[in-house]
Amino acid sequence: MRFTRAERSIHHVTALLMLVCLGTAAALYFPTLSTVVGRRELLKTVHIWCGFALPVPIVLGLASRAFRADIRRLNRFAPHDWEWLKRGDRRAVHDGRGVLPVGKFNAGQKLNAAFTAGAVMLMLGTGEVLTFPDPWADRWRTGATFVHDWLFLAVLAVTAGHLWEALRDRGAMTGMLTGRVDRDWAARHHAGWVDAVQSEHVQNTNGQETGTAR
Amino acid sequence: MAPRVVTKLWRRCSNGGVSEEERAEGSPVGRRIVLGMLGLGAAGVAVGASLQERVNHALAPVGQLGNVLPAAGGFRYYTVTGSVKHYSGADWRMTVDGLVDKPRTFGMADLARLPQTALDKDFQCVTGWRVPDVRWAGVALPDLLQVVGVAPQAKAVRFTSFDGVYTESLTLDQARRRDVLVATRMEGGPVTHDHGGPVRLYVAPMYGYKSLKWLGGIELTDRVRSGYWERRGYDVDAWVGRSNGRDDAPT
Repeated sequence: MRFTRAERSIHHVTALLMLVCLGTAAALYFPTLSTVVGRRELLKTVHIWCGFALPVPIVLGLASRAFRADIRRLNRFAPHDWEWLKRGDRRAVHDGRGVLPVGKFNAGQKLNAAFTAGAVMLMLGTGEVLTFPDPWADRWRTGATFVHDWLFLAVLAVTAGHLWEALRDRGAMTGMLTGRVDRDWAARHHAGWVDAVQSEHVQNTNGQETGTAR
Repeated sequence: MAPRVVTKLWRRCSNGGVSEEERAEGSPVGRRIVLGMLGLGAAGVAVGASLQERVNHALAPVGQLGNVLPAAGGFRYYTVTGSVKHYSGADWRMTVDGLVDKPRTFGMADLARLPQTALDKDFQCVTGWRVPDVRWAGVALPDLLQVVGVAPQAKAVRFTSFDGVYTESLTLDQARRRDVLVATRMEGGPVTHDHGGPVRLYVAPMYGYKSLKWLGGIELTDRVRSGYWERRGYDVDAWVGRSNGRDDAPT
C-alpha cells in the first residue's frame, strides 16, 4: 500500500486544478496561443477560481494522517538523499534491490514537492495582488506580475518534468492510480521504504501494536 | 496513540536539541526550500519593477523574443472574444453615424485621402507593460469628425469593434485631441490583424484599453457610454498616470 484513497484524491484534485491553471495561463500568456484562443474574460475567470482553489485539497488533506506522514517524509533529507542527488548511478539496481536505501520518496520527488509547495504559495500571494490590485502601489503590482510571469515558466517546466518521470514509470503510475505497488518495483526504486514497511509489519504481527497495517 | 501525540506536541513546543528520531529522519530541507522560495519571491516582488525594466532593455536587441515570451517585453495580445474576423485593407469598411450632419461609410482609400498625422508615442497597458516609442500614423480623429460634421447635441463619441463585443467611448473634448488617431499604420507598416488591424484606434494619453482594436464603427452620441472593461470596473477617463489607481509616467 503506497497511497491511501484520501492521498490519491488530494493528488488528483490538485493535479487537475494545477493543469487547468497552467492551461489557462498558457492561453492568456503565450501570444501565439492567445491569438488562437482569445476569450480573455472567460479564461481569466477560470484561472482565478482554479488558482484560489488550488490549496483547498491540500489544506483539507491535512486531516489525513497518511498525508501528514508523507509530508513529513518529503520534508526530511537523509544522507542517502544527498548521495542520490550526487551519484550518476542513483537508480542502479543490484539483485533486484536499489543500491541506495531510498525511502518512500527519492530526493528528486522531495525537491519537486518542496518546489511545488513554494510555488503554489508564491503564485497565490502574487495572484492575490493581481486579482485585487486596488490597495497596492504600482511597483508592487509590477513586482507581483514579474514574479507571477517568470515563476509560471518555472512551474511549467517542473510540472512537465514531473509528468515525464511519472509517465515513463508504469509502477509509479499504478501506485498513484490504484494506491498499490508491487514489492519488486518498490525494492528496485524504494529499497529503504520496503525495509521500513517490512519491519513495521513484523512488529505488527508480533502483536506489539494493533490496528494499522502499514 | 495518546502518548505519541503528547510526545510530539512536547517536542514541538520545547526548543531543546534535535531528538534521536529526528536525526534519523534527516534535516528538514523541504521546509528550507519552501522558506527560501518565499524569501526570493518577496524579494522578486520588491525589486521586480526595476528588474523587469532591465530585462526588457537586455532582451530588446533580441527583438522577436517579446512575441514568444511577453515577460521579455513588447506588446501582449489581448482579445475578449473567441476569434476575430480577418479583414484585408480592401474589404474593410467603417460607418460613422449617430449625431452627425453627413453619416457615411469609409474605406481605407477614403482615410488615405484625408490629412495624415504621425505620432511617436509609448503604449501603456493598465496591467503594467509599456512599449516605448511606437510610430503610429493615420487620421487624427478631429479631422475625421470635421468631414462628417458634428451635430450640436453630440456630447460623446462611441467606438465599436468588428469583433462584435468590444466598445469604447470618449467625450467630445477628448475625441477632438490631436493625439487621438484612427490608426492605419504602425511601426512603418500596416496595422496587422493581431495589433487590431487593418484600422484601430490609438488614444495616446490613455491606457491601452481605450485604444480599441479592429475598429468597425464610430457613433456620435449625447452621452458617454461605458465601454467593455469600464463595465467591469475600469475608469472611463483612463488618463495614463491619473486613473485606475496607477502612477505611470504620462505617455
